[in-house]
Amino acid sequence: MLAALLVAVVFLVGLGAGWWQLTGQDKRFIATVLNGLTLGALYFLVASGFTLVFGLMRNVNLAHGSLYLAGAYIGWTAADATGSWFFGVAIGFLAMALAGLALQLLVFRRMEGQDLRQTLVTIGLSIVLADLMLWQWGGQTYQFIPPDWIDGTVRLPMVGMGYSEYRLILFLAAVVIGVGLWLFLNKTKVGTMIRAGVDDRDMLAASGVNVQLVFCVVFAVGAGLAGFAGVVGGTALSIAPGEDTRYLLASLIVVIVGGMGSVTGAAVGAVLIGLAEQLGLVYSPTYGVVYTFLIMVGVLVWRPQGLLGRGG
Amino acid sequence: MTMLSRRSLMTAAAVAVLAWGAVGPAQAQETIKMGALATLEGAFAVLGQDSMRGVKLALQQHNYMAGGKKIELIEGSSDASPDSAIRAAKKLVEQDKVDVLVGPLSGSEGLAIKDYAKEHLGTSFVNGTSAAQDTTLRDPAPNFFRFTTDGAQWQAGLGEYAFKNKGYKKVVTVAEDYSFPYTQVLGFMNDFCRLGGHVVDKFWVPIGNKDYSSIVYSIPSDVDAIYVALGGADAVNFLTQYEQAGGDKPMIGGSITVDQTVLGTKGKKRDYLIGTPSAGPIADNWDNPEWKKFVKAYQDAFPDGFPSPSLFAHGYYISTLAVLESLDAVKGDLSNDQAKLREYMSTHEFDTPTGKVHLDQNRQAVADIFLTEVAANDKGQLFNKVVKIIPQVNQTLGMDRDKFLAMGPVSRDNPSCP
Amino acid sequence: MASISDDRARAAAPGAAVERAPLRLPKGWAYLPLALVLLTFPLYANGFWIVQIGAYSMILGIIALSLMFLAGYGGMVSLAQMSVAGCAAYFFAILGHSSAEAISLGWSAWLTLPLSLLIATAFATMIGLLASRTAGIYTIMITLAIAVAFFYFTRQNYDLFNGFNGFAQVEPPHFFGLDWRQPLPFFYLTLVVSALCYAAVVYLRRSTFGLTVQALRDNQRRMRALGYHVTGHQVAAYAASGFMAALGGLLLVWLNTRISPGTIGVGPVIDILIIAVLGGLRHPIGPFVGALAFVLLDNFAIDLIDRERFNTVIGLCFLAVVLFSPDGLLGLWEEARAALTRERRPRD
Repeated sequence: MLAALLVAVVFLVGLGAGWWQLTGQDKRFIATVLNGLTLGALYFLVASGFTLVFGLMRNVNLAHGSLYLAGAYIGWTAADATGSWFFGVAIGFLAMALAGLALQLLVFRRMEGQDLRQTLVTIGLSIVLADLMLWQWGGQTYQFIPPDWIDGTVRLPMVGMGYSEYRLILFLAAVVIGVGLWLFLNKTKVGTMIRAGVDDRDMLAASGVNVQLVFCVVFAVGAGLAGFAGVVGGTALSIAPGEDTRYLLASLIVVIVGGMGSVTGAAVGAVLIGLAEQLGLVYSPTYGVVYTFLIMVGVLVWRPQGLLGRGG
Repeated sequence: MTMLSRRSLMTAAAVAVLAWGAVGPAQAQETIKMGALATLEGAFAVLGQDSMRGVKLALQQHNYMAGGKKIELIEGSSDASPDSAIRAAKKLVEQDKVDVLVGPLSGSEGLAIKDYAKEHLGTSFVNGTSAAQDTTLRDPAPNFFRFTTDGAQWQAGLGEYAFKNKGYKKVVTVAEDYSFPYTQVLGFMNDFCRLGGHVVDKFWVPIGNKDYSSIVYSIPSDVDAIYVALGGADAVNFLTQYEQAGGDKPMIGGSITVDQTVLGTKGKKRDYLIGTPSAGPIADNWDNPEWKKFVKAYQDAFPDGFPSPSLFAHGYYISTLAVLESLDAVKGDLSNDQAKLREYMSTHEFDTPTGKVHLDQNRQAVADIFLTEVAANDKGQLFNKVVKIIPQVNQTLGMDRDKFLAMGPVSRDNPSCP
Repeated sequence: MASISDDRARAAAPGAAVERAPLRLPKGWAYLPLALVLLTFPLYANGFWIVQIGAYSMILGIIALSLMFLAGYGGMVSLAQMSVAGCAAYFFAILGHSSAEAISLGWSAWLTLPLSLLIATAFATMIGLLASRTAGIYTIMITLAIAVAFFYFTRQNYDLFNGFNGFAQVEPPHFFGLDWRQPLPFFYLTLVVSALCYAAVVYLRRSTFGLTVQALRDNQRRMRALGYHVTGHQVAAYAASGFMAALGGLLLVWLNTRISPGTIGVGPVIDILIIAVLGGLRHPIGPFVGALAFVLLDNFAIDLIDRERFNTVIGLCFLAVVLFSPDGLLGLWEEARAALTRERRPRD
């Protein structure tokens, strides 16, 4: 998260220094970088849950993208029924947190230590969930209507161009949640247990901690974050079938790049991937996906454990 | 367990497989088998279902009889990928032995089915709604018939209207990066460029990408309008992001752009949308008795369908209708590789809810196209008002066939008039 | 260089599900009736059954077999096998003939055939090099990321892969004066390739190389201590299985006469995993059994159930196998046989 802030600060200072000579090209570049950062923020929200769950439980939850999409659809339905966007956000988080809890209690707990089987189960779940969601919500694209006061346009003072207020708020929200997660992991007792568990699962169990409880908390938080991201991400972009795969891929690459189990790593990875994707989209649309991929390959070659992952 | 019993188990399994394999459906003499292929799975499932409604409506109106024979309908499903379309078509043609196949729904499926048709000259293939140009324009199959218009035809008249009536001289286009939008853009640019308009830039968005935020900042501020060929919900999404970036240029819509999602928009975008022109093979609000009769029949037959038939229901309906009427005319004679049926379909002019349709030398429809513009009714609701009917648009958009072909296959960069 | 400590790697190794005694299936001439049925299949079946069920099942079986080899013996579950197959298919179309005349080079099949196999094998080797940078469950993630990225890339790239449209009219070569597109030659071609791949896996399983790979699956640290080149063996396994997948890919493009991004999309990539797991990862016959079940379901589900929910059905089947019968349909076979044996014993 720090790194993300740093990039933003350096970038804004750079803007301040050169604001008087901005051309259309520069504006486009600035907007693209901002878009990259805000998209990175969204990726961070999705990937942080993924990385937490993996770090602690060695569970590669390949249904994480489905949780994102399910959270978005359920949140949309709730928001549509009540007319309250915030209610939709809350429901998106809660519904997926419950789903995560149920998954942990009913499925994964029964096959602890069998990593491949757990992963295969998540693949099966993602197939079924994708189809059931298609059944329930159809193939059309959905959009949220956020409250007007967060959906306006901000005139960026130094650049003289409009920018989506919502995307800036999304970025701030990701920063807040990132810092919150960091504090939770580093300053609370449960957080300490989780971190201990990431480093050595067996020791944690041996020290008398209720590991099952810790697992449940982490799975609920991780899945809830995916659902939350579904609603806030679905508001910034939109919801449609296939988004589950997109965000699963984003999560995979972000955590491979950032390092498994590291929330800070997820933040760094998310910003990198977000920037690569947006810059690629504008400056060489055909090869956008290649940049993302090359970053992953580069990290795997240079630091297989990820930029901030712990080496063995 | 002895070796013998193991072996007998294996044999039993093998025989079971064989038995299943050898059982082919018995071909009844007095039935004609019709296959209908649409996307009943995947993201287009809802559209595929509406396509099937079109087929069934035509069959119901004919009491499942044509040419004195009973028509048996067998459904096939794809997920919009050419591979799955081919697999479904092979099952319908080679296993179920259909005489006529109606479908598919999407462009790349159509190209694949056309290639497949050449290997099964005994079966007639009648297009559903797939709208790729080259399905019939280049290298056509002798037994592939398309009673619907292609993606370029759908945009006939739009370029001229934008240039002359709206006074737009410079536009940019925004569309997804694959063949259907290319074809739509071609249909628009054909007139627009010929009259002297300029398409200064084309933005192709990767398929499935919902983030237009970086594109909206790339749109030059000196254009007159933006041609948007995205699906309705994506178009709203694009417009929102464009507006937030401070853009205010009017929109020109592709055939699937200005749908209920766009028209149902609330708030300040509403006024902005009034006057948005678009063009396509149907117009919901066309004030015409034949069309209204069709809509009524659709609504009566399918209370759980859409409020008004989609262009998919319409396309499959007129395709099925053309087959049934032709079968009636030739009295169900399918002898000699269905020669009489094909002769009739190729040369006859059919009456449809959207006007007269006949086929050209490549068995491609020549039909009417509807030019519409967003307007507000008395209650303030937005709707697509029919401005003009472009009569009998052919595949070369009125150009000489050789000249049209010489322009080369449509792509990201073809045509071009920056 | 292995980044994850070996303890962790071991904990994450998929061995847990596959590390068991090999399945006891009938041996030797018990397979004779099966072989007979396969050889004489075209006598009873129509063209649709010969090609769309028979040959298509075997092709999917070959690609799934390449996954079974990696996963079952090497403990490396690679989701990129369909991408490797697609890579071979793509390069056969790019180097040879297709409807996209502006791209296809039109080289002779004698050249395109080995070259496309070579390129795909090289692709698989690169995937292996990347995936073996980490261990255990990471493999699934990395190979899935590669597979999806390859799919997106082929869909976006028009210069080489012809984007969304891909290539059509990709015909098999006319070797030995035969039209290999005809159902009979194509069926027997597929049958021969399947048999060769099957035999290769059976042979490799017992070879020094195969035994080393299996030992690596079970205990990497010990093997490294014994002086084995871990990465080298793993990458070689990727290359071997990649070659097999490439053969399957070529047969697939000849069957469909076309290749487009949809062929290697997320769905087909996962389908290969489903097929392998459905059949069972512990015996090389498993992938073929799984493929036959999958293809039959794929083709005839529409006649029995609402086609719309096909993916739910196949997903639930997959879940059921993973949850209740880890050895897939083969496991069921074994259980059924065990049950029969128990029933019979008193009489014996």
